[in-house]
This record gives sequence, structure tokens and C-alpha cells, in this order.
Amino acid sequence: MDFLRPASWEEALAAKAEHPTAVPIAGGTDVMVEINFDHRRPEYLMDLNRIGDLDAWEVGEESVRLGASVPYARIMEHLRAELPGLALASHTVASPQIRNRGGVGGNLGTASPAGDAHPALLAAGAEVEVESVRGARRIPIDAFYTGVKRNALAPDELIRAIHIKKADGPQQYSKVGTRNAMVIAVCAFGLALHPGTRTVRTGIGSAAPTPIRARAAEEFLDAALEEGGLWDNGKTIPPSVAKRFAELCAAACNPIDDVRGTAAYRRHAVGVMARRTLTWTWESYRGAHRITEGAA
Amino acid sequence: MPTNGVPTKITQGSGTKGGIGESTLRPDGTLKVTGEFAYSSDMWHEDMLWGQILRSTVAHAEIVSIDTSKALATPGVYAVMTYDDLPTDVKNYGLEIQDTPVLAHGKVRHHGEPVAIVAADHPETARRAAARIRVEYRDLPVVTDEASALAPDAVLVHEARDDHHIGHVPHPNVVHRQPIVRGDVEAARRRADVIVEGEYTFGMQDQAFLGPESGLAVPEEDGGVHLYIATQWLHSDLRQMAPVLGLPEDKVRMTLAGVGGAFGGREDLSMQIHACLLALRTGKPVKIVYNRFESFFGHVHRHPAKLYYEHGATREGKLTHVKCRIVLDGGAYASASPAVVGNASSLGIGPYVVDDVEIEALALYTNNPPCGAMRGFGAVQACFAYEAQMDKLAERLGMDPVELRQLNAMEQGALMPTGQPVDSPAPVAELLRRVKAMPMPPERQWESSEGADVRQLPGGLSNTTHGEGVVRGVGYAVGIKNVGFSEGFDDYSTARVRMEVAGGEPVATVHTAMAEVGQGGVTVHAQIARTELGVTQVTIHPADTRVGSAGSTSASRQTYVTGGAVRNACELVREKVLELGRRRFGSYHPAWATAELLLEGGKVVTDGGEVLADLADVLGDEAVEVEEEWRHRPTEPFDLRTGQGNGHVQYSFAAHRAVVEVDTELGLVKVIELACAQDVGKALNPLSVIGQIQGGTTQGLGVAVMEEIVVDPKTAKVRNPSFTDYLIPTILDTPTIPVDVLELADDHAPYGLRGVGEAPTLSSTPAVLAAIRNATGLELNRTPVRPEHLTGTG
Repeated sequence: MDFLRPASWEEALAAKAEHPTAVPIAGGTDVMVEINFDHRRPEYLMDLNRIGDLDAWEVGEESVRLGASVPYARIMEHLRAELPGLALASHTVASPQIRNRGGVGGNLGTASPAGDAHPALLAAGAEVEVESVRGARRIPIDAFYTGVKRNALAPDELIRAIHIKKADGPQQYSKVGTRNAMVIAVCAFGLALHPGTRTVRTGIGSAAPTPIRARAAEEFLDAALEEGGLWDNGKTIPPSVAKRFAELCAAACNPIDDVRGTAAYRRHAVGVMARRTLTWTWESYRGAHRITEGAA
Repeated sequence: MPTNGVPTKITQGSGTKGGIGESTLRPDGTLKVTGEFAYSSDMWHEDMLWGQILRSTVAHAEIVSIDTSKALATPGVYAVMTYDDLPTDVKNYGLEIQDTPVLAHGKVRHHGEPVAIVAADHPETARRAAARIRVEYRDLPVVTDEASALAPDAVLVHEARDDHHIGHVPHPNVVHRQPIVRGDVEAARRRADVIVEGEYTFGMQDQAFLGPESGLAVPEEDGGVHLYIATQWLHSDLRQMAPVLGLPEDKVRMTLAGVGGAFGGREDLSMQIHACLLALRTGKPVKIVYNRFESFFGHVHRHPAKLYYEHGATREGKLTHVKCRIVLDGGAYASASPAVVGNASSLGIGPYVVDDVEIEALALYTNNPPCGAMRGFGAVQACFAYEAQMDKLAERLGMDPVELRQLNAMEQGALMPTGQPVDSPAPVAELLRRVKAMPMPPERQWESSEGADVRQLPGGLSNTTHGEGVVRGVGYAVGIKNVGFSEGFDDYSTARVRMEVAGGEPVATVHTAMAEVGQGGVTVHAQIARTELGVTQVTIHPADTRVGSAGSTSASRQTYVTGGAVRNACELVREKVLELGRRRFGSYHPAWATAELLLEGGKVVTDGGEVLADLADVLGDEAVEVEEEWRHRPTEPFDLRTGQGNGHVQYSFAAHRAVVEVDTELGLVKVIELACAQDVGKALNPLSVIGQIQGGTTQGLGVAVMEEIVVDPKTAKVRNPSFTDYLIPTILDTPTIPVDVLELADDHAPYGLRGVGEAPTLSSTPAVLAAIRNATGLELNRTPVRPEHLTGTG
């Protein structure tokens, strides 16, 4: 195994162009496990740790540009207000040691359906900034996941950053595992309210071959909120609406039976998480709404 | 409370600091916490090679051919060995039955069985070379459960058995079967007002020790080999290794290397013979370290079990009879299965008085992973089932489950189903009373001024509930475990104790072959030496085979047996020292001849406290040394038809109360508290005792809610050999564990002590299950319980 250590982003792109099978490694929290388990023996490992700007972030008007290797611990600490869903998801990643090393770029590179960041990115809305010697492009998160552990990257491309929409409303994230910490997802659910556009977005992890959105559920809820004037009147969501939303989220799943859980359980749990996170986000939205009204 | 808790007389004074009863600290504690302790996997030797094992990828198959040519041709490879390269006619090993091939011969019987071994100058080279060995398999049908094992046309896992159990087992796929019959169950059933039946399943638990199997074999100039190894019993390893290596036992030297946990998983051999074979073949030191994946295949697991129970009782709650059948899956090789069967049967109805009993326990040969020793050893599976039955019975009778248990609890003098009288304190009812009396943890602890503290809720940081769906449940359980090796085994230990003056101070050296696996023997032996010899300086010699066997670090026996051997050797040393003193100073003071003399604080003192001499002066430049074997009282085998016999040395009891919060919608469990009360006879080191109880309790929690090796029922292949998918409790899963330690002396044991390490592992699991049943109202007849079982989505 050859170990490539590019000193700059340009060198990294050149190396990746020359060796498209090279596996990029930053925190190493995923790649090293694969290597230790003998699941993977890449011809080339490319160390990205010498490239400075990959672990920096920038908070813009509309979105946060998050360097591919910004560790989860930093997201939890510094970006809780801008990216609440991703910050909650970061909390559920493995252990403190892993959260100090691992970042979202690795989650996207591996593109495992069980990656913890995916549901939060799908719910918030994001674009993945990728680049090769041929040039840079942005891949919408909805088009990024193409199959089990497959993504839309070309062989010569590297992930440089993720542009995530800043929260314009409450976001929540829940993950089911069979342990109370440091556990791989049996399934996960992210929900973001976007009062600006009067839409909701969802993200589901580990309940289909790729991370997915529950689009029918989103459309149903958008319509129900609009119809009831709920964005304006801040009323409680009727239980029948929450129930239907949960059913549609569960129905969006296409899970499998495996050693971590049954398909039936995953579908059921996604429904429960959808209902609960909807309650939490909506109650939070109503709370903020009332305060705004009171101030006006 | 009917106990006779008179502490045994401690003949030596308590005037020496750091003696028994004090919470002295582990000598290796700081090193382990700071990561500086050298574990067996940290060893290194100049010029050493790395060994690698090629394991079967299928569970049951004939080996058609093995082609090692590509592996041998790999640069850096020094040796490749298969069955054909074994040096002697002894090609199998085993704890009791020598049925386990060192390397597979003609067939493999389980997934991950060793087929070939490689030595190379780099671990990666060894790994690649092993991957280049071509093994052609012809699949055989797999035996995976009782039905496939005992069918009339069942495939035999071992075709030609000649072990001593084959004569009494009903089928060649049964390793050992032990019935226990007492009284008349048919007649007793007629007296029963209520009868409850249950069928229970216990999943396969792994010891999951953190230090993977590893060792370093160094060839020696005399043609022998020195193995540095993490194990539980050096001399048992030696006895199994030497014949395979073709060496006399004195040419196989063993030194204990740093052990990263054991829990029974290091009772069997793993890489010991392989490393020595490669070292002797290449003439170079050979190190083998399993990675985590391999470790799951490298040791035996806890027997999964199916358990069938019938309990009868009068309207008042008095048990009339118990009938049960316990089917343990031993996997492909016998390992400790016969002894596990002995425990499961003899302890099969728990710490209760029942005159009419029919018990049957057996272990199967299957093509599943081999199972053997693990903390609790057969008693764990039974406790899970009989305690579920007691709850079921209480519910049927409308009785409080603790009261029902107390009504039927055994006391000192009770008879076991084997007919053996329990002749030391058995405070079963009292332990239950104590856990029940502990204050309950507050309700809704997750509520705080800043919202829900998810760490206090099921799901923890995964943020699945803020209180929705959460229901609290409480459950109780109590268990009984034997201490020491049973059924007539000559269970002895050896200690060598030396006393001499160093730097003007009297110093004691304790040398045993006891494997320190974390249980705290190194701490306790020094305490015993201080108490018995009145010195402060005690050196614990590294464990090796230059001293006689200490027996196994298992069965909660080491403090009892090797502790007993150390005390015995210290007493003999003390006599010699006093003899020396009388010779040297006897004429100066009449008390040398007339008084009872003690060694205390580095001095010889009378029982009245008068100082006669400094130990340093008594010893001068002489060293006093004694090596002596020590035995606990003998036991008997169980009768093969009736199970009668005084089979056990000592019994140990613990009770738990579990408090859980269950997210009933998501099926997630948070154990809030696991209170434990245990009788330890005498706490030689109270801190260590509490550590053992908390550790055992946590291991029992693990198999209640998460720990299980999942084996594919069609292929008999392991599906989750990793810590990603074999989950053990983290600190967030570990509840508060308040411990109430009772000290009722067993007059037959050194200092009155009772083995501690295993009993808390028994009752923890059924207590958690009872609490989850209490919260959910579900029947739950298997462990571990998984979210799909709690949500009807299995």
C-alpha cells in the first residue's frame, strides 16, 4: 500500500487524477476500521491532513461552508445555532475520541446508509462541493447518494466542502441503536422546518439502500400546514396529521432484516421518530412564534 | 435471621498495615488506567516473526485439498504448517476431552476453525501469505440445534467418540447429560394448586475481553520453548501443549504475560500451540496477536440454551416440585461443556427448597461455534429461567414476587437437589430483603430546568425520546453459584513463600502460578502475606511454571484456593521463623517458650503485645522458604442416573433489584439502577469485592439487553464478529450499582471467605428482564431482549 501525502489541495487533485483508486483519509475513523478488519486493502491511501482549509468552516448569509474534515466535535461546539440538526446528529456519532477525528466529508465519501450525518443533511438541504483537475462542481445532496455505499463522485474527484443551508426554523434528529451511546444506527430520522419557504424536509438513515427523504410525507405535511394556516396561527398539529405524516415516513422506507434489526422494526421506529420529532420541532416553532407575536 | 455468622478466628494480629480486610490498591491499577501496562499483545523480541492462522470459511465441510505452495513462495515467509506437519501422534487437545484438532484434519466442524498457520517477518506478509493458501472444501450438512443434532439420521459431529461420556449419553451428538432426580415429582404435582410452565431461550454471549488473544513463543537452546502468554491457567495449558509439541513438560516453560480480561474465554487454548509450533519449526521467536475479528473465533463463548420449566406450588406459595430440562449448545468441540452441564443441572432450580425435583441438563455437539467457560458457567442460563418462573408463579398466585422467593428460600442446612447439605450460611431471604429495602431512585430523573436530559432516558444521546412512551419497571432476582471446581476434581493450588531481610527490612516474596486476569489476586496475596507474616514489604513474583500449579483463575476460586495456599505457606514460614527465633533468642525471654507468638509490624510479639525481637534480627541472613500445595475439602462426582452427590465445595449467593425505564413505543431500555446484595463471607479487599460485584452485574446487564453472537441458523456462520455489531455496555448503559456486602463466614473456607466473582452475573440478567416485563406487561422468554421483541416487530 502506498501512502500519498499531498501538501496542498492542488497536489491532492493531481494525485487523485493520477491514482483514481487512491482512498482519501482524513480522520481515518472509517477507513482505518475497514483496513483493520481486512475489508479493504486500497492500493493507495491519500492523507488529506496536511491540507489546511479542509478543517475550516465559513458561515455565510444563506449557508455554512463546512470543510470536509471539520470534526463532529467542532460542529457540536460551534455550529449548534446554524446547523442544529447536524449538531444533534454529531452528538450521536460514536465516542468522544471519534467525534474529535471524524467529519462529514468521510460520511459522504463512504456513503453508507447508516452514516449519521446524512438524514440531517437531507433535512437541512445541502450541496456537496467536489473538485478534480477537470474543475469544481456542486452536487445537490438529493442527487448525491446513488446506491449502497455509492455516491455521485467521479473517480478523480475529491470532496472539499459541504454547503449546508442555515437553519431558518427548528430541526431535530433521532437515531435508534440498541445501546445508549456509541452505536451504529439501526435507523435514524432527521426533520427540519423551513418557515421561510413554508416547507418541511426529512431525512431517513439505515432504512433503505441509501439515505432518503420521505417526499410524500413532506408534501402531505406541507399541504396540511398550509391548509390549516398553521404556519401563521401556530396551532398544534392535529394528531391525525402527525399520525399520517408518521405513516408516510414509515412507508418511504425500504429496509432489510439484518443483524442490527428487522425491517418491520425499522419501519415502525421511523414512524415513531417522525411523529416525535414533528412534535418537538413544531412545539419549538410555536414557542418562537408566540414570542415573536408578543414582541410585535 | 437464621445464620451462624461467627467470623473464623484470625490467628495473626491485625496490627500490620495493608493486611486483609483493607482496600489496598492494585499494584497495576495506575499503569492500566494510564495505558502504560504491558499486555501480552505489547511484547516484542528481536528477530521475532509474526504468526497468522488461516481459518475455515465454512462451518462444516470435508477438506478436499490444501495447497500451501503460493504461501510458501511469498518472500518473507519462514514457515507454513498444516495438520500434516504436526510433529507427534498427539494432534488434538482439550480441557477434558481431547477432541479439538490443533489444525483441521480432513474436515472442519465450525466456522473459523484453524486450518493452517504461517510465520513471516511482518504481520502483513503473514496475513497475505495465509490468504494465498488454497483450501478446497466439500460442504457437509450442518447440525445447528437439538432437532438437527438428535434426528435419527443426524450427521455426527464427531464420528468416532471414545471419551468417557459416550457410554451414558443418549446420542453421539450429546457431549454429556446429567439427570438429577429427588423425591417424587408425579406425587408432588398432585399436591400443587397451581402449575406454571415456561420455555426460555438464552442467546450466545461472548466474554468480550478487551485484550485479544496473544503470546510470544521463544525457542530455547535446549530444544525447548518458552511461551509468554495471557491465559487463565498456565499448568493446564502446559499439560495440553507439551504432548502436541513432542516435548517433556519441563522443556515447555510458561510465563504469564499481561492479561486483558478473561471471564472464562482463556480457559481453553487459543494460539499457544500454534506459536510454539512455528517457533520450534523456524528456530525464531514467534508472536501471534489476534485482531478483534479473529478474537470472536479464537475463544469459546457462553453456551446458548433452551430451557423448559414446570413449577408447582400450593395456594400459599410453597413450591411443590420443579421439573426442568436444560439444553445447552456446546458447539463443535467439548471444551468445558461437561462441567457446564454439571452446574446447570445441580444449580438448576436455584436457591430454593424443593423436595421433589426432576432435572435434566445436556450439552449438544453442533456445528455452531464452540462454547465453554464463561463467568457464571451454566448457572447463568438456569437462573434466567427459574427466576422468570418464580415471577410467573407469583403472578399466578397473586403474591409479591419477593415474598414468594423468601417463602421458598433455602437456609443453611437445606438440601440441594443433589442431596448435598448446604453447610454454611445461605442468607437468600436476607439478601432479597436488603435489595428491596434500598431506597428507590427518583422518578423522571431526566427532567431538568433546561428540558429533558436525554442521557437519563432510553436511547441516551441518540435523542429518541424526551419522556414519550417511557414506563418504569422494577424486577427482582436471586441466584446460587458454586465456588471452586466440583464433581470430585482435585482442585488444589501451590504457593511458594519466602521471607528474608533486604535493606534491613523483612521482606516476603509470594510466588504462585496464579493467572492475574484482573480479579485482584496480586493485591490479595500481598495482604495475606502481610497479615500472616507481619511484614509491610511483599513482593509478588511473576506467575510462571517454575512453581507448582495454582489451578485456574475461574469458578470464583482463586482467593479461596490460591489465597488459601498462600496463607498455608505463610503459616508454615511463620512456624519456621519462630523456630529460628526460639533457637536464636529463646534463652533471653521465657515468653519464647510459653506465650502464643505473633508476627506483627516487623516484630515478634506475644499475644499480650510484648515485643520479643525484630524480624530482621530473627532472620539475620537466612531466608526461610516454603512451597506447599493446598486443597479445599474434597467433592464427589454426581451419580450419572440420579445426580446425587456432594458435588460442590461452597455456594455463593447474590440478589438484585433492577429499575428500568422502557421506551415502550421504540422498545429501547435504560437500566436506571441495579442494586445488589451479596454475601462474601469475608471481604479480604472490600474495594475489589465491590469492583467484582459491579463488573459481574454489568456483564449480566449486557446479556439482558444487547450482547449476543448471532449465528446464521442455515449456515452456522457467525454474523456479527465485531464490536460494531456485538455490543457491550458503555458507561452510559451502566446504571448506578449500589452494593450491600454481607459477611457471614463460611467456617470451611480461609478467613471464612466466599468466592465473589460470578454470583452477581447470575441474578443481574433475570432482574433486568423482570423489570422490563413489569414495565411492558410482555412475557419475554428470551434474552437478550431486543427492540423488536418489545414492539411486536420481530
